[in-house]
Amino acid sequence: MSELLVDIESVRAQFPILTREVNGRPLVYLDNGATSQKPRSVIDAVSRYYELENSNIHRGVHTLSQDATAAYEDVRKKVRKFINAKYDHEVIFTSGTTGGINLVASSFGASLVRRGDEILITAMEHHSNIVPWQMLCERRGAHLKVIPISKEGEIDIEQYKKLIGPKTELISLVHVSNSLGTINPIKEMIEIAHAQNIPVMIDGAQAIHHTPVDVQDLDADFYVFSAHKMYGPTGVGVLYGKEELLNDMAPYQGGGDMIKSVTFEKTIYNELPHKFEAGTPNIAGGIGLGAAIDFIDSIGYDFIMQHEAELSRFAVSQLRDIKGLRFIGTAKERAGLVSFVLDGIHPYDTGVILDKLGIAVRTGHHCTQPVMNFFEVPGTVRASFAVYNTKQEIVKLVEGIDRVKRMF
Amino acid sequence: MVVTGIEEKEQEIIEEFSLFDDWMDKYEHIIGLGKELPLIDEALKTDDLLIKGCQSRVWLHAKLEDGKVIFTADSDAIITKGIINLLIRVLSNEEPDAIINAEMTFIDQIGLKEHLSPTRSNGLVSMVKQMKLYALAFKTQQNNRS
Repeated sequence: MSELLVDIESVRAQFPILTREVNGRPLVYLDNGATSQKPRSVIDAVSRYYELENSNIHRGVHTLSQDATAAYEDVRKKVRKFINAKYDHEVIFTSGTTGGINLVASSFGASLVRRGDEILITAMEHHSNIVPWQMLCERRGAHLKVIPISKEGEIDIEQYKKLIGPKTELISLVHVSNSLGTINPIKEMIEIAHAQNIPVMIDGAQAIHHTPVDVQDLDADFYVFSAHKMYGPTGVGVLYGKEELLNDMAPYQGGGDMIKSVTFEKTIYNELPHKFEAGTPNIAGGIGLGAAIDFIDSIGYDFIMQHEAELSRFAVSQLRDIKGLRFIGTAKERAGLVSFVLDGIHPYDTGVILDKLGIAVRTGHHCTQPVMNFFEVPGTVRASFAVYNTKQEIVKLVEGIDRVKRMF
Repeated sequence: MVVTGIEEKEQEIIEEFSLFDDWMDKYEHIIGLGKELPLIDEALKTDDLLIKGCQSRVWLHAKLEDGKVIFTADSDAIITKGIINLLIRVLSNEEPDAIINAEMTFIDQIGLKEHLSPTRSNGLVSMVKQMKLYALAFKTQQNNRS
């Protein structure tokens, strides 16, 4: 592999928040799975937008509105390139991953799911990729089927094949598990589904910041992600959908921007992507997402992947020597996080003491209660990494856990 | 000294905590309090008595004895349990009215406010609310009888 000329200190220097202290100690931020921190360029892009360009898009003839529209639509082009979609209009801006899944569950569900049909998900889904389908199944009289996982936290492909049947209407899979770190073989799973003409949606919330995503290569029918986990602002995300599927789907919400013409007798809906973007969107968030993509491009996925893999390996090697520590999720292919429990110490207690030491980790069920039930734990402690984390921070985490163990 | 009144008990806890100058000592004390809290009868750890927090779980039981409310509680997390110990010390064995009107300012004063913030979702905020609801229910029961 070519040498990667990225200096981690210069990366860290781009994130203002990393210089602050928490409880009198330098912040060690290891909760990137929940949300990543934002580089100066993203923060500046958002404030610059409000300072110089703010106006509503797609409607005004005045300069500001045209500039804002151009800037916002440029981001759509940038996203298209970023995930290698075929067309700009296959990129739908949403409020985030959850918003994207709900859109598909609602619109695709209303158009294509009938009584007795089946939706397939895995046992490691985030609640966001469970509940919208349960709601849909309840509305349509359809059934939710769950692909089981192994004790390592991997999908059983044979079981998956068996669960696909003539009634399967849609499969929705998590790309990278937020509580286990498992990278699922989605390309293979999509191919298996497509052999039976079943569309597949991918929840990419935990993947997009760790690995390049090429929706055409994956042949994903839908791919959703959030800006805020990839160094961008909260409240904005992307739903990628194949043109023909999006065209077949009913609009999600009614309102401004999603129409061509409205009379009290009949409304003609707008074309893609606007058909799915009712109301004034999170324009500043969209601009920030564009800056986040630029940030990732400036670092490059080669470095990001190599650095995060190194951090994960180092974390595992340091943590596995701790007596009484048990990893939850030991899949062969994993990304960007370690999840574990300590014998006899509740994750909440661990989290509270680590916080006092300035170390931010996530504790609890990570919105994946079925996963916690499967592993029979009340929750886990999760340390999740981003491009700006260092080995020294992992050493601090290990020291913190030693301290926790001494206290309980 | 016979401690009477919620405020007096709160004051006592504030004094007890004023001895600690750093967070480690304070948390070690809370962990100790968590460990010494008498365990709730396993038979009472039912879903009916469970207050679900996102982070930790709390079981709370209440009964009325001689006009006073007796609380027992448990949690699966020790720090949560330590704070429960304090809440019970203050509110248990008091009359319903006193519990309903208690302001519970001591938590803030001993620097543990963060544990009773809704964002912690450890079940403690719901527990205090539930303790007051029990008191209100007992009061209503008493009024109906008299």
